[in-house]
Amino acid sequence: MSDFKRIIAKRKRQDFIFNIVGIMCTLVGIVTLGALLTDLLMDGLTRLNWTFLTSFPSRFAARAGILSSWVGTLLIMLVTALTAVPLGVSAGIYLEEYARKNWVTNLIEINIANLAGVPSIIYGLMALGLLVYQFKLGQSVLTGGLTLAFLILPIVIVATREALRTIPQGIREAAYALGSSKWQVVRHHLLPYSLGGTMTGIIIALSRAIGETAPLITIGALTFIAFLPPLPVTTQPPFLSIEWLWSPFSVLPIQMFNWVSRPDQDFVVNAAGAGLVLIVVTLLLNAIAILIRYRVRKRIKW
Amino acid sequence: MKEIPALEHPVAAAADLGMGSPSGNAPSVTKRLSYIKERFIEVLLFLAAFSSVAITVGIVGTLLYESASFFAYVSLKEFLTGTLWTPLFASPRFGILPLITGTLVTTVVALVVALPIGTVVAIYLSEFAPSSVREIVKPALELLSAVPTVVYGYFALQFMSPLLQKLFPGLPTFNMLSAGVVMGIMIIPYVSSLSEDAMRAVPMSLREGAYAMGANRIITALKVVYPAALSGIVASYILAISRAIGETMIVAIAAGMQPNLTLDPREPAATITAFIVQVSLGDLPHGSIGYQSIFAAGVTLFIMTLIFNILGYILRKRFREVY
Amino acid sequence: MSASLEIGIASLTQMTISDQHAQPQVSSEVAEAGQKTVGSPKIKAEVEGLNFFYGKLQALKNINMGFNANQVTAIIGPSGCGKSTLLRCFNRIHDLYPETRYEGKIILQPSGINLIGPETDPLEMRMRMSMVFQKPNAFPKSVFDNVAFGLRLRGVAGKELKDQVEQSLRSAALWDEVKDRLRESAYTLSGGQQQRLCIARALATEPEILLFDEPTSALDPIATAKIENLIFDLKREVTVVIVTHNMQQAARVSDFTAFMYLGELIELAPTKVMFENPAIKLTEEYITGHFG
Repeated sequence: MSDFKRIIAKRKRQDFIFNIVGIMCTLVGIVTLGALLTDLLMDGLTRLNWTFLTSFPSRFAARAGILSSWVGTLLIMLVTALTAVPLGVSAGIYLEEYARKNWVTNLIEINIANLAGVPSIIYGLMALGLLVYQFKLGQSVLTGGLTLAFLILPIVIVATREALRTIPQGIREAAYALGSSKWQVVRHHLLPYSLGGTMTGIIIALSRAIGETAPLITIGALTFIAFLPPLPVTTQPPFLSIEWLWSPFSVLPIQMFNWVSRPDQDFVVNAAGAGLVLIVVTLLLNAIAILIRYRVRKRIKW
Repeated sequence: MKEIPALEHPVAAAADLGMGSPSGNAPSVTKRLSYIKERFIEVLLFLAAFSSVAITVGIVGTLLYESASFFAYVSLKEFLTGTLWTPLFASPRFGILPLITGTLVTTVVALVVALPIGTVVAIYLSEFAPSSVREIVKPALELLSAVPTVVYGYFALQFMSPLLQKLFPGLPTFNMLSAGVVMGIMIIPYVSSLSEDAMRAVPMSLREGAYAMGANRIITALKVVYPAALSGIVASYILAISRAIGETMIVAIAAGMQPNLTLDPREPAATITAFIVQVSLGDLPHGSIGYQSIFAAGVTLFIMTLIFNILGYILRKRFREVY
Repeated sequence: MSASLEIGIASLTQMTISDQHAQPQVSSEVAEAGQKTVGSPKIKAEVEGLNFFYGKLQALKNINMGFNANQVTAIIGPSGCGKSTLLRCFNRIHDLYPETRYEGKIILQPSGINLIGPETDPLEMRMRMSMVFQKPNAFPKSVFDNVAFGLRLRGVAGKELKDQVEQSLRSAALWDEVKDRLRESAYTLSGGQQQRLCIARALATEPEILLFDEPTSALDPIATAKIENLIFDLKREVTVVIVTHNMQQAARVSDFTAFMYLGELIELAPTKVMFENPAIKLTEEYITGHFG
């Protein structure tokens, strides 16, 4: 009997110790995140003002700003979203709703799983060799946007498929029973019902694309750019212009990288300022995604 | 429910039957049209799905095409066994080993941080923490992987390096240790999130079996849940390895960019990825040997990650347990 | 079918209303039967005024009953009647889940310990009980390591461990089938073998009570027969409580049968009496298949 007591005491001690170790390990991540944010805030908050947001980069740290890079980020994201979302959602619909079990489908599935594991810089090399030089798209907003679109395509596809998969088979059967065609089922039922899950995936994918630096450096994005791309709206008919697609660009993370690798401490402060903007945007996007996921989960109970 | 318009085309679903419609009516034009439309949409969707294959073909094709020119100039033997990597010097040397050791050392440092911590966090969240704690901590940890890597690079150089210099006097500002440690912290959620998912998928009946024998939480977790979830856990480890090998900005910023054949994490060194970034920052003429060398480096990187992806696939198959 | 079900439920509602606070009908033969049994007339566990709650939902209502040592007590009743809930009180498995609560006592003899008392350690109770679950839940380990699991927890090692594993596998009538594949994964065994492995694992730690929670519901008839024979033989070594929704099984293996409905104990009697001449109409209706 006392044997039992001794063993039980030992087991409880083990559990207690692991509980502490577990909490400490969990805290490593949380504390780092906190330290990172504090570090950025302490270094960069002083630089965050209107002038910083509306100035071009400069040789003088105090005058330099992030205007061209946040505009670049915005334009790149536009191209990325317009490419990756229709392509990824369509691919997800095909694989989940249309694809038959055959070797082509298998090939596509294995391929997507593999693409998700390819380092982002490899996408940059592909874009450099293929888009920049073979297709002669140049080191442009278009090339950059497409590169990141390819990069996040697997994420969008997987998110779409997962969202579709949560819709019970009964919904499809009910729609078919009403005489809907396959596309009508997809268009009128599956897409609206899976919208929440798909949106979450898309937002997370875009937030990842915003922070991507390496592939854009590889295709030759500029680090110093003192002009803005042409406006998409013009005064002459047809009032829309796609000139900006061919414009050279810089993006926020590249601007930050450029500043952080300078020995001059004043530029490091600028880097922290750019980092703050970057991290606020990505965390905001992630918060939105979490919120949508939470609301979808609350709203829909199959 | 404005989806009801489906009723307007009650024949659409039967359209697959085509001409041989049992109704015996003359083949209706709308029927044919809607059939064509359905087929057209399916083809479009297929093309979208197939575009992912095109991307892979583009990646492999470009890497092979560009590095073929490189290997026409540099022998494979020099590439794999040479110990100097100076492709941009006047008398260039093309031994990739220094870049590989740089990649391996930063990866190992990152894994030493990420695998144990990530695993402990997964066990803690899945088997110990109350669900209220888990609901908050899990998304918070996932934010770690949402932070842009360039910000981590900044953090490694401006925060981790000075911190580690206090622990290891004489540590240079640029070193693989700081970069690796920060990279490891970034990877923690990859390990903890996926491993936790795998562990939570283990049926409750297995845990009940262990608890009914008188096991405590940690024994149940380590002896029953962990082995039962091994396939998913190993998959998360492999993902972490693959991420660490391919990570670029942290090492490019904080590990220094000089190729350095060393296994000492306290030294600065370039990884394969950092080298590609460094070359890309300059303005190399298309078709020069320097330009081609980043593709040769890229092929090496691609093969390394591919090996781990395949390894992960095999391990997952082998460890797959049937509950 | 549905008509008889409605009748059953109607009569049952009456029953529960009228009998709400009455003590469950415990046949007077219970005690006598116990005394008639040669050798072990002792009571192993007594349940006194047991209530159990999942959050606000009361799953067990004022259960009072005894379990004889070295006999098999079967608990029967339709799904959701609380029979598994009652069984799972014995090894405090409920403690693993939040918002569960016990009231009352389960006194374990001869130690007199109240195994659901707040002062009692669930870990200790689980070390003194063993449970075999509905579906075989062998661990992802070798056959040997499965049986050795509980022994190792108790610090058994070396030759002693080997001997006890073999002994348990023999008791579970599995030794001859697995003696050459002790190092293989338990998942290479058939479903019936896995369930006997779980029985061996449960026996190995020499429990005071062996709890069976519908142990054959996932098995084919042949495997079921083997396990039923095993349960019948096991009572020489240990007190057995078995939950089952299969009345023939209860009739075949048990000495006493308890019938539960909607969280209450309706009747407890020697199995023969229960199935031939139940004292309560509801029991009779259930046994004759009029509902449930």
